[in-house]
Amino acid sequence: MFTSIFFYFLASIAIASAIFVVLNRNAVYSAIALVLCFFSLAVIYLLLEAYVIAVLEVFIYAGAIMVLFLFVIMLLNLGLEDAFPYFRHLQRALSLFMVGLFFVGIFLIMFNEQGILHQPGEKFSAGDIYALGEALFSKYLLPFEVASLLLLVALIGTVYLAKRKI
Amino acid sequence: MATIIKSYEPTFWDKLYFPALLKGLMVTIKHFFRQKVTIQYPDERHIPPDGYRGLHRLNKYPDERIKCVACEMCAAACPSNCISIIPGPSPWDDGKERYPVRFDINLLRCIYCGFCEMACPEGAIELTEIYDFSNYSRDDLVIDKDGLLGVYELTKKQNYYTKKSHSPASLPFKTERT
Amino acid sequence: MDLLGFIIILVKVLVVFAATMITVMGMIYAERRVSAFMQGRLGPNRVGPKGLLQPIADGIKFFMKEDLIPSGADKPIFILAPAILLIPALMTFAVIPFGSSITIFGREIALQVADVNVGILYILALTSIGVYGIVLAGWSSNSKYSLLGGLRSSAQLISYELAMGLAVVSIILLAGSLRLNDIIADQQGYFLSWNVFKQPLAFIIFLVAVYAETNRLPFDLTEAEQELVGGYHTEYSSLKFAMFFLAEYANMITAAALTVTLFFGGWDVPLLDESSLGLLGAILSVLSFILKMAFFLFLFIWVRWTFPRFRYDQLMRLGWKVLLPLALVNIFLTGGYLTLTAMK
Repeated sequence: MFTSIFFYFLASIAIASAIFVVLNRNAVYSAIALVLCFFSLAVIYLLLEAYVIAVLEVFIYAGAIMVLFLFVIMLLNLGLEDAFPYFRHLQRALSLFMVGLFFVGIFLIMFNEQGILHQPGEKFSAGDIYALGEALFSKYLLPFEVASLLLLVALIGTVYLAKRKI
Repeated sequence: MATIIKSYEPTFWDKLYFPALLKGLMVTIKHFFRQKVTIQYPDERHIPPDGYRGLHRLNKYPDERIKCVACEMCAAACPSNCISIIPGPSPWDDGKERYPVRFDINLLRCIYCGFCEMACPEGAIELTEIYDFSNYSRDDLVIDKDGLLGVYELTKKQNYYTKKSHSPASLPFKTERT
Repeated sequence: MDLLGFIIILVKVLVVFAATMITVMGMIYAERRVSAFMQGRLGPNRVGPKGLLQPIADGIKFFMKEDLIPSGADKPIFILAPAILLIPALMTFAVIPFGSSITIFGREIALQVADVNVGILYILALTSIGVYGIVLAGWSSNSKYSLLGGLRSSAQLISYELAMGLAVVSIILLAGSLRLNDIIADQQGYFLSWNVFKQPLAFIIFLVAVYAETNRLPFDLTEAEQELVGGYHTEYSSLKFAMFFLAEYANMITAAALTVTLFFGGWDVPLLDESSLGLLGAILSVLSFILKMAFFLFLFIWVRWTFPRFRYDQLMRLGWKVLLPLALVNIFLTGGYLTLTAMK
């Protein structure tokens, strides 16, 4: 009972802050709202007893990535964002289409395979880092390695772009 | 001739940095335990070394006669013209004819060079070690003959500042706010 | 959760919070006194016996001061920023065990506010949150000095967090757990079982990174007075400034406690089995923790008044080109050693 009330409270904060991110015209405010969103997500993970994921969410997304975002926003010193005059209609249509697609996906999952959304996976339920490590290095080894390769490619690309003479 | 400065190539030991850092830490911790130089002024007072040139005094002979004969050599020697003397016939019968009726020193003009001391043929004017004679008005910082003689009484036997922690006697002229 | 358990937790939270605050006050006093002593001065010794009430006088001064908000400042964020910095700084101490356990009313009470099984990650995550306070304070002040201070600090914190995290990884490898209690249990016994002796390289990397993380000299580029006036808190005054001050010192206390926990056996008293002594053992363990922490807090001050500040490029080079590779090498060595011993 208490848990579900808390969940709905957190979920509404997360959704409200996410909406704020999109609708606000001040880039810095958006970034802060996004951090708030990450935090409420982290607490939702805590409710699911996935401690490692919760802490990593705060550590990596809120603590590292968003700081860099904020860093860049501040360096560029964006004022209030002007709506991009070109592609406006196309952009809107496209974003509406994508959002619609996403919701269709969510609803399909909700109604077809009932119950999987609120169930913590048994393996991670104790927030066990051993289980996580084992899963990453055995069952999901290929996706894990592919992801790391992707990051490496991005890294090399950045270095190449930033440094013309190597 | 050009000086040749040999550039010092840092060794591996230097490049580790940590030995040097520890050395630095040792220096500061040594100072941590060392005697502190602070003198907590109103509670403690700095004792000036011999020969310090502070507040003036007018000396007397043991028989209470003022040594000064009002020759005005000190006033002539004074680079800042802070001494003013009005001479008069001496009331004592000892062959010295003059004595100062008035003897004023403007302590704000004085630069404490000690020339008056050197110029005085009688050894009458001297600079003492007193340094904290601040006051509330400019007028009170022009001290007269009585004040100067009072300083003599205060300092003839012993140093004005006896001990670091000892608070000295009050000065023989007005130091309060009016 | 029963009522007694709730009360115990409440008491623990209050005790830890009060202890942190008192230590902060002690640190403010110690900082001024120790720095004075190292420079041959006496420092503040007028307020109360030996000047011990000086922090209270300072606090009252902060209360009395006018609270200024610059006209061009972004008001909500300007007000929010000190709180964002202070709250994680005070939250971090919750997972650090400051003693073994005591038994009262027939139940065992661990001397730790919360035993989180990802304790070390929790601390790292919270320290990374503190950056927001600094960055936002710098940005919202609408002052070039503040902005530069904030930017420098965020860059510095991100680069040193990496080295710090990697240094901690080798400790985690040894203990086989992210829980701080397990890490302490792993170090119990002789002196030599402390992680300083097992992982000297990790200790040095961690210590250097901690100084950078807490923005202390020699890495206090965020508030380099000579260049940036006050850094990110240039425009702050009164209680908001006091909050920054408090956060800085609370961070130092957590950093010292973390150093002790990870590398010096936490509350472990060498050559002593605390659990066999009952209450006395618990008291001894708390004392040992406090003593070790006090040493590291002193070291913070000691280092501050000894070394000159790094230049910014030197700081970045040290972080990325020296500490990071060293930490990686250390992880490989530790991992290799563990694999070899596991094979036997």
